[in-house]
Amino acid sequence: AGVATADESAELSIEGKTIPTRAEAPAYLENIDEVISGWVYRSDETQTLQADDFDNPAFVFVDTGADLFAEADGSAGKSCKDCHENVEDFAGLTTTLPRVNEAGELETLTDLVNECRTERMGAEPWKYSGTQMTAVTALIGLQSRGMPVNVAVDGPAAPFWEKGKELYYTRVGQLDLACANCHEDNYGNMIRADRLSQGQINGFPTYRLKNAKLNSVHGRFKGCMTNVRATPYKEGSDEFEALELYVASRGNGLAIETPSVRN
Amino acid sequence: MKHALYGLVVIAATATVAMAAETAPTDVKFEDGAVGASLGPAGDAANGRKVFANRKLGNCLACHVNSDLAEQPFHGEVGPPLDGVADRWSEAELRGIVVNAKNLFEGTIMPAFYISEGYNRPLKDFAGTPVLTAQEVEDVVAYLMTLKEQ
Ligand code: HEC
Ligand code: HEC
Ligand code: HEC
Repeated sequence: AGVATADESAELSIEGKTIPTRAEAPAYLENIDEVISGWVYRSDETQTLQADDFDNPAFVFVDTGADLFAEADGSAGKSCKDCHENVEDFAGLTTTLPRVNEAGELETLTDLVNECRTERMGAEPWKYSGTQMTAVTALIGLQSRGMPVNVAVDGPAAPFWEKGKELYYTRVGQLDLACANCHEDNYGNMIRADRLSQGQINGFPTYRLKNAKLNSVHGRFKGCMTNVRATPYKEGSDEFEALELYVASRGNGLAIETPSVRN
Repeated sequence: MKHALYGLVVIAATATVAMAAETAPTDVKFEDGAVGASLGPAGDAANGRKVFANRKLGNCLACHVNSDLAEQPFHGEVGPPLDGVADRWSEAELRGIVVNAKNLFEGTIMPAFYISEGYNRPLKDFAGTPVLTAQEVEDVVAYLMTLKEQ
């Protein structure tokens, strides 16, 4: 029972449009020269699923996202669409997230969505990794597909970025491993049945064959921490938001692939 | 959990009462990365082979190719292949590598399998416990000693 090997030289082309899966690493990445999409390391079958929107199982959820976007909710009786007429207007947004807002707080896409829900719609916030949040964030992320990730790492973002960097290199859990041990030192190598990637987040939320649903960024971080027998930080926590900024910055230059497909 | 390095199962064995004259993780004495004295129990190579492959115990195959376990489908590439490893290292060195490889290979990714402290934020069920019992460490060491090519 061999594992289907990844074609690392394959080119990702969706709907006739080529999406670059490699880019020169930003200068602040001291130990790698090239940033590479996780798509490159997946098996041929998984790669193919992402290359066609009809085959990509994530699109069922993107459609749910479109329905939710147009559905009134909360005491104001409004839908997202009432205020954001064309979801296409969000093109480019996720290339810059997470970012620091005027109040000096780091904000992610889930924060922005829930802010509209609680403050503008009078609705309950959606659960961080719930079906509604992953569906709507996939819909919004899709609008930036093909555009290069370009999160700010300096200015007001600097302290958050530094904190995320520290988390990335800190060993945790009974197995005492850091993100960097697997995703910087060993990408391309098999770890038992799985081929390690750089742990990029340019394709999130991502559809996983393993659980047949959309998976959030913090859900994935949580899974990796649990696998090394570490107590994960909470989804939506300051720690995971800082880590999200740092990991996103490790993909600066890579194209947004939302919604990606992984095993 | 296809890609899980280790499952979430509490290893019942680590909670069993310590056998007489078993060296506790905090009492293991290293010399140049090696551990000369047995941790107590006599090693059983056949069981060590199972511990080596078991995803919830050694899961050594996550990172090492081992031709002796060719019947197991997936062998990792993170560490060096272990074919003939007993030709390269003594029993004391192999015990040191399994107990805590960081003493021999500084900064290695290879987890320490017999320490009960010194790691951050362990999951509650694993806090204060080593990955393997003294018996399992000795079993794995006995098994590694059978991996000879010369
Ligand atoms: C009552 C009006 C209203 C509703 C309803 C509403 N929004 Fe907003 N939304 C705004 C305003 C106003 C802003 C902030 C101004 C801006 O930056 O465009 C905003 C900002 C955003 C942003 C950040 C845009 C950016 O470029 O910074 C996102 C993403 C967003 N909304 C998504 C949603 C979603 C998803 C829903 C439904 C769950 C929703 N909004 C519902 C009015 C609304
Ligand atoms: C023991 C090894 C290991 C460690 C440590 C680890 N991961 Fe992972 N991670 C994996 C494996 C295996 C996968 C699935 C294959 C792949 O994409 O690398 C994965 C996948 C991911 C993905 C999904 C990539 C994609 O293309 O969809 C992200 C993001 C990620 N990891 C981030 C992290 C972060 C952040 C940390 C630290 C908190 C971390 N990982 C720690 C093994 C690890
Ligand atoms: C997460 C990865 C990982 C796991 C799991 C792992 N190892 Fe290792 N191991 C390594 C690496 C990497 C090295 C090379 C040392 C270095 O330079 O860091 C190594 C080195 C070794 C060596 C020395 C090999 C040589 O020829 O020099 C032995 C013996 C060994 N490991 C045995 C084991 C055993 C037994 C287990 C399970 C109980 C195990 N390893 C689990 C990564 C791992």
